[in-house]
Amino acid sequence: MIAYLLRRTAILLGSLVLAAVVLFVLLRLLPGDPANALLGVGATPEQIEAARRELGTDAPLATQFLRWLADVATLDLGKSLVSSLPVGPEIVARLPVTVPLTLSAFVVAVLVAVPVGVLAATRADRWYGPVLNAIAQLGIAVPAFWVGLLLITVFALRLRVLPAGGFPPDGWGDFGAAAQSLVLPVVTVALVMSASLIRYVRSATLDVLGSDFLRTARALGASPAQALWRHGLRNAAVPVLAVLAMELATTFLGAVVVESVFALPGLGGLLTRGISQHDYPVVQGVMLVSTATVLVVGFLGDLAQRLADPRLRVRP
Amino acid sequence: MSLDPETLSPPAPAGTAPRKARRRLSWHLVLGLILVLVVAGAVLVSYVWLPFAPDDTSGGRLTPPGGDHLLGTDKLGRDLFTQLLIGGRIALGTALGAVAVGGVLGVSAGLLAGFATRWLDDAAAVVLDILIAFPTLLLAMLIVAGAGASLGTAILAIGLAMAAIVARLTRVLVKQVLARDYITAARVAGVSWPRIVAAHVLPNIAPVLLVNLALQAGLAVLAEASLSYLGLGTPPPNASWGRMLFEAQATVLTAPAAALAPGIALVVLVIGMNLTADGLRDLTDPRRRR
Amino acid sequence: MTLLTVDGLTVGDSLVADVSFTVTAGDRVGLIGESGSGKSLTSLAILGLLPPGLPASGSVLLDGVDMLHAPERRRTRVRGRVAAVVFQEPLTALDPLMRVGRQIAEPLQRFQRLRGPALRDAVHAALDDVRLTDTSRIARAYPHELSGGQRQRVAIAMALACRPRLLVADEPTTALDVTVQAEILDLLDRLVTERGTALLFITHDLPVAARVIRDTHVMRSGRIVESGPIGSLIAAPAHDYTRTLVDSARRFDAALERTGRD
Repeated sequence: MIAYLLRRTAILLGSLVLAAVVLFVLLRLLPGDPANALLGVGATPEQIEAARRELGTDAPLATQFLRWLADVATLDLGKSLVSSLPVGPEIVARLPVTVPLTLSAFVVAVLVAVPVGVLAATRADRWYGPVLNAIAQLGIAVPAFWVGLLLITVFALRLRVLPAGGFPPDGWGDFGAAAQSLVLPVVTVALVMSASLIRYVRSATLDVLGSDFLRTARALGASPAQALWRHGLRNAAVPVLAVLAMELATTFLGAVVVESVFALPGLGGLLTRGISQHDYPVVQGVMLVSTATVLVVGFLGDLAQRLADPRLRVRP
Repeated sequence: MSLDPETLSPPAPAGTAPRKARRRLSWHLVLGLILVLVVAGAVLVSYVWLPFAPDDTSGGRLTPPGGDHLLGTDKLGRDLFTQLLIGGRIALGTALGAVAVGGVLGVSAGLLAGFATRWLDDAAAVVLDILIAFPTLLLAMLIVAGAGASLGTAILAIGLAMAAIVARLTRVLVKQVLARDYITAARVAGVSWPRIVAAHVLPNIAPVLLVNLALQAGLAVLAEASLSYLGLGTPPPNASWGRMLFEAQATVLTAPAAALAPGIALVVLVIGMNLTADGLRDLTDPRRRR
Repeated sequence: MTLLTVDGLTVGDSLVADVSFTVTAGDRVGLIGESGSGKSLTSLAILGLLPPGLPASGSVLLDGVDMLHAPERRRTRVRGRVAAVVFQEPLTALDPLMRVGRQIAEPLQRFQRLRGPALRDAVHAALDDVRLTDTSRIARAYPHELSGGQRQRVAIAMALACRPRLLVADEPTTALDVTVQAEILDLLDRLVTERGTALLFITHDLPVAARVIRDTHVMRSGRIVESGPIGSLIAAPAHDYTRTLVDSARRFDAALERTGRD
């Protein structure tokens, strides 16, 4: 386990560096000069040259990269080309929207998906097993932003019980308003996420239901519920744990898109704005934070799976 | 991008199971193909006939559905049904383009990685794992950030992200096939590697890959719609379904059809693709039929 | 006293067709047949654990309970208590995520209401009974950490921990090495003798069956084609299929002897 932990940590660190390289290279090599973007059409070559010097984009790529890495290591993500505000604090300021949105949506999705997925598998012979499965099938085909749009229409515009979007200017200082404005976004993301999660849980449960060890437990006198509870759920949890980490990452992405639907001042809004304004320090910063989060969550997911499955623990 | 739940237990290449069950067309496949073909048919028709010219604004703004305008008009006065058909071109084009890019790149890379041994094999596994850690949409946004928003960029970006997923699946499948006794037998008999790939590896992994690509096509359609909704996909005036939904959001109470039709079209196409994938899986791997 | 009465059992589309036999207390009965002959489905039907969607008719009475049609609750009460089972593949038959000791403890808790230190002692005694030494290490081990023979001993210990009156052994030695096979057969033989448990032994292997059972039924394509004491069956097989089974076993023995002499 220790050896595995070391190896997996090394892979995590390697991935983080590689991710930084990929981010940097992609943003620099792709067409679209930030100096042009900064100055707009009609700038003279001299102006562009000056802007490049100021941005540091006239230096060789390797130098730029090392400079950027050094900055990142000291938590300096640069300044926005548009607003000239430092990117780091800008990102931090948006976390109070994105983090609660992602985490609550994830928790709701798991709480819905696990029982529903297990029911869809164990009650495959009743009418509601296939119905639950069909709903999940529908759910994975529905884009999150459309669900958001429909929920806004019904609950905000027609019934007028919840806000259609936005976030109180005081943030969480105005707790009630802040919580209210997150209800529909959380439901949106959770609905879409739980659909795919239900399919994983159902599939894992079906695998376990057909397993020999569950049959053994039944053959030795355990009731179907006892057998499923004592042997089934834990075994079904192992593959689900592996996808949970990935699902959390997907939830985060769903949040990024859904923030746009509800005009929430989160990371998603920052990212989309950065992309359309070619504000590459912003894009780079948000991407770096998101990718690092995804990689670390994946790391934790792998560790959790090792802990849950003794068969994985013995392998180096 | 999420994995196919059925691959939780490692996918077995076809031809391993005793084929007791008869191969049957499942209703999944039939319904899925019907849905996809309805959309594809409408798109084909749109190339020879459109109810109105795409930029014809003679219908007046926000005309309700009915009469000349089946679904009404948008806030610029353009016919919504016409827009919907053009959006279908974009959706199907994205699916085909992204699957082509992702399929060709992913399968080639996966084949090479599958044949790698020792440290090269480890390295390939790690690199593919890292690439997968970049969710499709994030990678696509990154590429759009550099290359600017256009349909081509979106297709390329989605295709590249897909390539990593396809490559990883291909690698696992190739490894499974190469571990078989008949491969060893063929090698002992002096069959060359290219022949082994053509005669044994590709036919064995093709069914599973096909199923996965069908699923990926649906995910590509969803990814393009999300990008367009965010304003990072097909630029106006081309009507991507995602873009249409963005524009309909402001007028959802006065013109609900504009907020419903593109969403329903998206769901129909994506469900069609997912059901086709399920049906193909049942067809190629009878053990997984449930 | 009749423990098990199978009468006209038919499963699916003649996977098992009109099979009838009985097992009385202390009996040792064999079901012999090639794979696909329906013998394993018969064993699942006896426990009322046929895969859902597989239609079955006829009747299976296990201690008077209809294992095909009785409500699930009644069938659950009979399983383990009246009949317990050892399956062919001990690796998949044991829960991979649970320590072996806890798996053996489960039937002990259920049927003997043991708790705490008494339970722990009973687990060790159960492991001891199946001739597993170093019981405390094995109790803490996960199935994948044991050898095939050890795992099958654990599976037997679990089945016997229920104190069943009938033990159904479904190809219990097929997945094992030949030397381990012999040990497991001796163990089964000794344990059922000591406890007076009836044994229903299912196998494709005539010589293996001959070591532990007295009466046997030969199955082919879902039907019982011949029944009788195993000794007379081997001496004078009446049915063609039984004859091929006996002949091939003889040829195998002869071949073994020849290679032994060379």
